[in-house]
Amino acid sequence: MILLLNQILMPVLVLGVLGALAAGILCLVVRKFAVKEDSRIAQVEELLPGANCGACGFLGCHDFAVQCVKLGGPVGIVCPGAGDGNMCRIAAIFGAEAEKTKPKVAVLRCAGSCTLRHPAAIYSGPQGCRMESIFSAGPLTCAYGCLECGECEAACRFGAISMDSVTRLPVIDEDKCTACGVCVQTCPRGILDIVPKGPKGRRVWVACSNRQRGAVARKGCQVACIACGKCVKTCPFGAITLSGNVAVIDPDKCRLCRKCVAVCPTGAIHTANFPVLESPKTAES
Amino acid sequence: MSELLVVSGSPHIHVADTTDRCMWRVIIALVPAFACAVYAFGLGALIVTAAAVIGSVVTEFMIARYLMGRRAPFVSMSALLTGVLLAFNLPSNLPVWIVLIGSVVAIGIGKMAFGGLGCNIFNPALVGRVFLLLSFPQQMTTWPLPLVNRMNYTDATTGATMLSWMNGGEDAVAGATAHTEPMTLGSFDWMNEAMGAFGGSLGEISSLALIIGGIYLLMTRTITWHIPVAMILGAAVMSLIAGGDPVLEIVSGGLMLGAIFMATDYVTSPMSRSGMLLYGAMIGVITVIIRHWGAYPEGVSFAILLMNGATPLINRYMKPKKVGVVKS
Amino acid sequence: MKLHTFHPGGVHLPDSKLSAGKPIVDVGLPHKVVITMSQHQGAPARPVVSVGDEVKRFQLVGEAQGFISANIHSPITGVVKAVGPFVGSYGYDVEAVTVEASEEQHEADVEMPRVRVRDDAAIAAMSPDDIIAVSKDFGLVGMGGATFPTYVKLKVPEGRHADVMIVNAAECEPYLTSDHALMLAEPEAVVRGVEIARKACGAPEAVIAVEANKPDAIELLSRHIPAGIHVRVMALKERYPQGGEKQLINAVTGRQVPNGKLPIDAGAVVINVGTVYALWRAVAYSEPLVERIVTVTGPAMERCGNFRAVTGTPISTLLGLTDAYLEQGSKLVLGGPMMGRAALNPDAPVEKGTSGLLVLPPDMARRAEPEACVRCAKCVSVCPMGLEPYLISTLSRLRRIDDAAGENIMACIECGSCSYVCPSSRPILDFIRLGKGLLRSRKKK
Repeated sequence: MILLLNQILMPVLVLGVLGALAAGILCLVVRKFAVKEDSRIAQVEELLPGANCGACGFLGCHDFAVQCVKLGGPVGIVCPGAGDGNMCRIAAIFGAEAEKTKPKVAVLRCAGSCTLRHPAAIYSGPQGCRMESIFSAGPLTCAYGCLECGECEAACRFGAISMDSVTRLPVIDEDKCTACGVCVQTCPRGILDIVPKGPKGRRVWVACSNRQRGAVARKGCQVACIACGKCVKTCPFGAITLSGNVAVIDPDKCRLCRKCVAVCPTGAIHTANFPVLESPKTAES
Repeated sequence: MSELLVVSGSPHIHVADTTDRCMWRVIIALVPAFACAVYAFGLGALIVTAAAVIGSVVTEFMIARYLMGRRAPFVSMSALLTGVLLAFNLPSNLPVWIVLIGSVVAIGIGKMAFGGLGCNIFNPALVGRVFLLLSFPQQMTTWPLPLVNRMNYTDATTGATMLSWMNGGEDAVAGATAHTEPMTLGSFDWMNEAMGAFGGSLGEISSLALIIGGIYLLMTRTITWHIPVAMILGAAVMSLIAGGDPVLEIVSGGLMLGAIFMATDYVTSPMSRSGMLLYGAMIGVITVIIRHWGAYPEGVSFAILLMNGATPLINRYMKPKKVGVVKS
Repeated sequence: MKLHTFHPGGVHLPDSKLSAGKPIVDVGLPHKVVITMSQHQGAPARPVVSVGDEVKRFQLVGEAQGFISANIHSPITGVVKAVGPFVGSYGYDVEAVTVEASEEQHEADVEMPRVRVRDDAAIAAMSPDDIIAVSKDFGLVGMGGATFPTYVKLKVPEGRHADVMIVNAAECEPYLTSDHALMLAEPEAVVRGVEIARKACGAPEAVIAVEANKPDAIELLSRHIPAGIHVRVMALKERYPQGGEKQLINAVTGRQVPNGKLPIDAGAVVINVGTVYALWRAVAYSEPLVERIVTVTGPAMERCGNFRAVTGTPISTLLGLTDAYLEQGSKLVLGGPMMGRAALNPDAPVEKGTSGLLVLPPDMARRAEPEACVRCAKCVSVCPMGLEPYLISTLSRLRRIDDAAGENIMACIECGSCSYVCPSSRPILDFIRLGKGLLRSRKKK
């Protein structure tokens, strides 16, 4: 009996006491070193996409949530990734009204797929847009166009960019795109841009960034903006200007009439989400 | 546009050398030692080497091709070399099935499990050898005597290595062989050891042949002098401290094999010159410590594996001196 | 005698100096030149002529902008046909002025005699500031390839002192022989240019550093150094990248240039031998830098050689003189094989820094397929900056540029020794360049 006591009870006792002691210490430490965090930070973070893309201007989603709490609501700061619905919910946590933001989307300012440009060189070495652009203007003519290596696809944290297998150009999924701007920063050519979405997601943009003179640009790419100025003259709202041999549409003035699309001789002005009535001149024609 | 030109970053010329050629040179450097092994052990040396090489090459190919889905050539030079080096670390009467297990472990666990060539932490051949040493201590420490029964394979007359003889034969592992006749050929001195008159693994039979290979590797700049020299000096100094004969220490056992061919393995050795010196010296010191005070008569494999493990640390802290960095 | 060289690192390259000893062939003045506005390091020059203007030979067409920049002059008399972007040798648009000469203008240029404007006494009377002003006005830049404006180098900052001026005639790149050819053709002018440059930077001594593979140049230059001037020729052991500024200073003086500092911080001024010769021409004849020696060479070329060409001459003209045929898939390198850049447009012009045109046949043009890094440490042992190329390259590839910066990626001189020796043919330098670019673009933000 004593044996039993010694052999079973003692270890149980010792272990029990040790356990209790450890639990006590843990309890004390937790109380002592507890970090008081506003519960709202977690609530806000819950509603954020968690991509840590940095588009809001802060060091990731947690930092954005902290800022929200600090400011007493998403005042003057916005997470483009969360979308309007979630921003409203975030504002509701603080009992505030979310500021209405214009929905935006990324567009590609290049339409020069591999069939519309000419080969200029054979690149040999590690792949990658930025890598190739170090050594030369790229394997295709036009030193301003897409390098077709897909670094934007890899950079997009929302899976909104995919490389088209035929044109080899990035395609932006407007439902997934949050206009966070990471792709804009990634592209070594700077041909991705964030533009506001109009009603029903409609938008008109110039799909070319070539700053060469018209003849040179056209020689390098069939769908280049040749800076002919027809669109500038046609636009009834004065929304189009020529800057550095490229037409630029001011989205604030543009009323989405699409008159420019019809007159563009190279089909460099692209549209999205319009009903298909008059088919705008496509590049392939 | 006229003809298309190739564009790439500089430099536009490249040294006429490849990794495979480096491996080839190591294999060529092993030829003299292999010839000695065949001369000393006859058939057994051939069988063990062939088994280890085939086992390694096939294992590498199977894993690379079917498990990792890589496009791999059937004969990978690095696997071939691992096979040869593994064989050099085995006794010549080891049964083929044990050799095959060794090569599967060497390649499979020692190398491919880490991601293949260039990713392994430990020298694959030594992983295989140590695995066999721990799993089959009896067979792994039964050394056939050189120059006798060369046409026999597994039932050759066995004898002691010089090291197990030096260790007094009381070690548990070496005990199996300690009672056999330690000295069969000539007197017990380093000259005999260097020329290959004592029993041992295939590759450790002749230090002289190994040194010839080492000189070839140095001349072709396949390896640098840092690791072998540091290792030999480390062992010599440590053996003086331990009260042994430094020359005997250096020429005996697998120390030369280890210094020239195992410790200098590219993948598992440090990158900087200073790191190489430390790495080599530490291997030498640890080897002698294991030999004198450890349970095993031979410590080269363990010493190299230990320092392999320390290589990332050495790389982290022993960097080459950067030019123009002024300490402020 | 033991020859000096630099430490640490370096690699012994095959010489491949196919055009060594070939005399300099004058290409002559072209009828049309494309003068690019960015033939130097630093801000591009601003064109000061417009379409339709007539420009004289040696007239200023581009004005230096900012502290580090250089003037650009027209090598021919003619009419400005275009001012604006031109597709440069690498496919990118570069600002350029196109000048075209009529037949009469061309003939007048060809007939134009070279007039000595300063005799020896006048040169001796020049102050260092006069010389620096000449090198600035006449658009002198380093002609070894880096094209750093010369006047910036010669102007020793307040409170610093140069104990030695090193003339870089190492020409450590394989294939290139333009400096060698120049030294053989104009030893006297080179030595006089050295003396002028030495005076300008105020160094008590000038050393012409030549690699030992050019014994004829060493002998010839030594013979042309008159007694009483503090110029000497120093033979260096062949080792790449000896012509790198920091490496050359180390080889000649044993000193190291601190990171991020200029050679003057190690008490040295380094000037290329071609620049020194251009300085002589600028001082004695008032000629701006509009011509240079270009080596046209290649392993598959039968008639390689050294050519004297004016800037703005199309590269294709030079290639035509050697019957070099650019077949599909070959590579045209501007500069040497180690640090030169591959060009894609053979119609681009020769510039101030174009030391050579190297044509590599298709079998040498493409990169070998990279294999796994076996950590052989060869790149570490050859790095002349004591870096760990395998490490910074991998960190850059993984976009861990902060860690790469911590490993001193910016100290890399891009000599290419690491990529050259890599037995696994890994593009080590490409990734280091990528990392440096990412780091620079981030710093700009």
